[in-house]
Amino acid sequence: MAGHEGPPKREEGAFKPKIIGILCNWCSYAGADLAGGGRIQYPPDVRVVRVMCTGRIDPLFIMKAFTDGADGVLISGCHFGDCHYLEGNYKAAKRLFLVKNLLKNIGLEDKRLRMTFVSASEGAKWGQVITDVVKTVEELGPSPLAELMK
Amino acid sequence: MAERKTKKETASTKDTTAAVTKQAPAKAAIGEQPQKAKEARVGVFICHCGTNIAGSMDINAVQDYAKTIPNVAYVDNYKYMCSMPGQAVIDKAIHENKLTGVVVAACSPRLHEPTFRTATKEGGLNPFKFEMANIREQNSWVHMHDQEGATDKAKDAVRIAVAKASLLEDLFPKSVPVEKAAMVVGAGIAGMQAALDLANAGIKTYLIEKTPTIGGRMSQLDKTFPTLDCSQCILTPKMVDVGRNENIELMTYSEVESVEGYIGNFDVTIRKKARGVLSVGEAEAMGIVGGGCNGCGDCEAVCPVVQPNTFEEGMKPRKAIYIQHPQVVPLLYTIDFESCIKCELCVKICGEKKAIELNKEDEFVKVKVGTAILATGYDIFPVENKTEWGYKRYENVITSLEFERLICASGPTGGHMVRPSDGVAPKRVAFLLCAGSRDNTGNGKPYCSRFCCMYSLKHAHQLIEKMPGVQPYIFYMDIRSFGKMYEEFYYRIQDEGAKFIRGRVSNILEDPGSKNLMVFADDTLLDRPMKLEVDLVVLAAAIQPAADTNRTRKLFGVSCSMDGWLLEAHPKLNPCGTTTAGVFLAGACQAPKDIPDTVASAEGAASAASIPIHVGHVELEPYFAVCIEEKCAGCGMCVNLCPYTALALIEKDGRKVMQVTEAKCKGCGTCGGFCPGGAIWMNHFATPQIIAQIDAFLLGGEQ
Repeated sequence: MAGHEGPPKREEGAFKPKIIGILCNWCSYAGADLAGGGRIQYPPDVRVVRVMCTGRIDPLFIMKAFTDGADGVLISGCHFGDCHYLEGNYKAAKRLFLVKNLLKNIGLEDKRLRMTFVSASEGAKWGQVITDVVKTVEELGPSPLAELMK
Repeated sequence: MAERKTKKETASTKDTTAAVTKQAPAKAAIGEQPQKAKEARVGVFICHCGTNIAGSMDINAVQDYAKTIPNVAYVDNYKYMCSMPGQAVIDKAIHENKLTGVVVAACSPRLHEPTFRTATKEGGLNPFKFEMANIREQNSWVHMHDQEGATDKAKDAVRIAVAKASLLEDLFPKSVPVEKAAMVVGAGIAGMQAALDLANAGIKTYLIEKTPTIGGRMSQLDKTFPTLDCSQCILTPKMVDVGRNENIELMTYSEVESVEGYIGNFDVTIRKKARGVLSVGEAEAMGIVGGGCNGCGDCEAVCPVVQPNTFEEGMKPRKAIYIQHPQVVPLLYTIDFESCIKCELCVKICGEKKAIELNKEDEFVKVKVGTAILATGYDIFPVENKTEWGYKRYENVITSLEFERLICASGPTGGHMVRPSDGVAPKRVAFLLCAGSRDNTGNGKPYCSRFCCMYSLKHAHQLIEKMPGVQPYIFYMDIRSFGKMYEEFYYRIQDEGAKFIRGRVSNILEDPGSKNLMVFADDTLLDRPMKLEVDLVVLAAAIQPAADTNRTRKLFGVSCSMDGWLLEAHPKLNPCGTTTAGVFLAGACQAPKDIPDTVASAEGAASAASIPIHVGHVELEPYFAVCIEEKCAGCGMCVNLCPYTALALIEKDGRKVMQVTEAKCKGCGTCGGFCPGGAIWMNHFATPQIIAQIDAFLLGGEQ
């Protein structure tokens, strides 16, 4: 759980998921910053790449992350109707459905890819999102694609 | 982790696509090893931020690790990188080590990216050869009890940032001229003050108001706390000033329809709602000599349609042709076409002035402004949702705004404070504070509406002063008297004899015969339940963002907080700014504010909005899309995706290629995220740069 005590420690040798988070500058990145200001504690497994808008996210970025061995990919942007660039998040969400289908077709759990909507004022929600994403990927275990690519 | 990080070579060579041409040497496709990275010399600077960062991770371990990252030519750390000596470290290192790029691992780029870009520039590099690794907001502050996890994450963050910094290119901000005009949306006290300040600074200002008159909520109030000034007496001179000011173009009964463009060059379309009445100026322009509305009111007298007057909170009737109150600016009647029956009695009585046109339609006006201020204000929370207090069920339960109108000399009762059920003056009046505010039941507002305590104290004072023998009871949670002379005012009301009961009212029941009200509460100071019979209950209802706030903010690309108030760029250091450059916030649209705070914020917003206009030009971040013409197939998919119509297909050398209009491009990258041929280069967020970041995390070396 995200909270002020912080997440429980993992046992020695337990699976540490490698998750990449691609965040839009205006909502989710700012929301993640707000979580910091509020000292909301969450697991440290997600590494962040900042883009101006989720609309920038080429499906190839996601596929590249999975073929590089990511156990999970998180895309996070503004709420629908709140995009700083009017509609980039709709376009990102549409592309995401395609990529999810593709993942299923190649035998990868589509739950490893997730899109969330966190606004610049939702620091606490960001903590929840990360906690939740990490938990989901932990339950799924290491990416079979990562194993295959070794 | 180690076993998965050995694939750099294979992964990065297998999907090499088309050859990169001479014109665009660095514009490599996914997976190509760009030439540039091999020559990069990146300096990494790690900030302790006192103990903010250093207290949660091992800075030395991060520094030692950074030295092993490819392309890193120099690593240093400092207690406060943003300080002058900290920035000097960067400057010196760039010169001494011939650095080509800079990475600072510190706080969020949303905070200090401008600082370090300047430092990079002072070191002699292009300011865009800088990349920030966020190891505070998104690391040390959120992993305070996990030193190992935080340190590992910081190492990755540095590696990811170095990968990007190795590939960054020189960019040059585009300077654009700023239109010497501003717009203020909403003409309550905030919008009026902002418009007056801008206009007095010599800036042409369009003041847009959706209702027929300016003045806003403040014009509905009787007295203001703690000075007990008559609200209209201090407001109307300002309203008149606004009406007279040569630099203010007042557009009442108008709404913003659409907004295009960017700071310095907003193209705004305004809908002037059909008013059905010509002003003197409009009549003159149409050649009607001596015509137009002079506010005589003859039309109102003959109009047969009766509607509730919203200005009087529905407690007074108005006609279909109306002014809201006698002091309106502009003094111009308005026809409510929803209820008008087009009997034309008003047209006949208006006669030669020919001011009334019953077949008017909405008009659209286009204006160009450099900056805009939103001052859209607040509405009263629908307190009938809190059914336990019986508002709208019991006649003698009213809101504070209704109380203001009832006790105001210009109000529906001429200032005689009577209760609605029988028109009799009340003897016992209960005030319920936090009526819907500070309410976490899900059926109210979690925030404090901030001025209810103070106006309720003022109401108690007004009753005691005006109607000797009346007993006010104030049910409160805490009295928040935070402003200048507010606490003193609170003591004064205590001394005057108002009774204070600390506790929330759980229920109100009406005596069907007398229409008196039985108030049930828990007196938390005496720790016992109580009930009290009163003649009138006044609910200090919570406030919420004005009804159209959401629509307006989306037009201007402004975000909102979870509770709907408009979101400032920074709660402390930029409370008037927004994340959309050139758009500012004034007054209660940002959060509940009393009048002094509203006026102060309006003056702040006006000052901020005047700066780009006085400077005359602004620099836009050069995150434009660029077409790599040799890869572009001319399919035109991107043209349809662009939300700003910045892209177009043109004929070049006998084939179609896409062309970007830089002034229109805002750099979102939606085109770049889609282009099937990888033919769009997003400055500063280019595909090879992002892929390098992903690779750096997932394939990059040992920790």
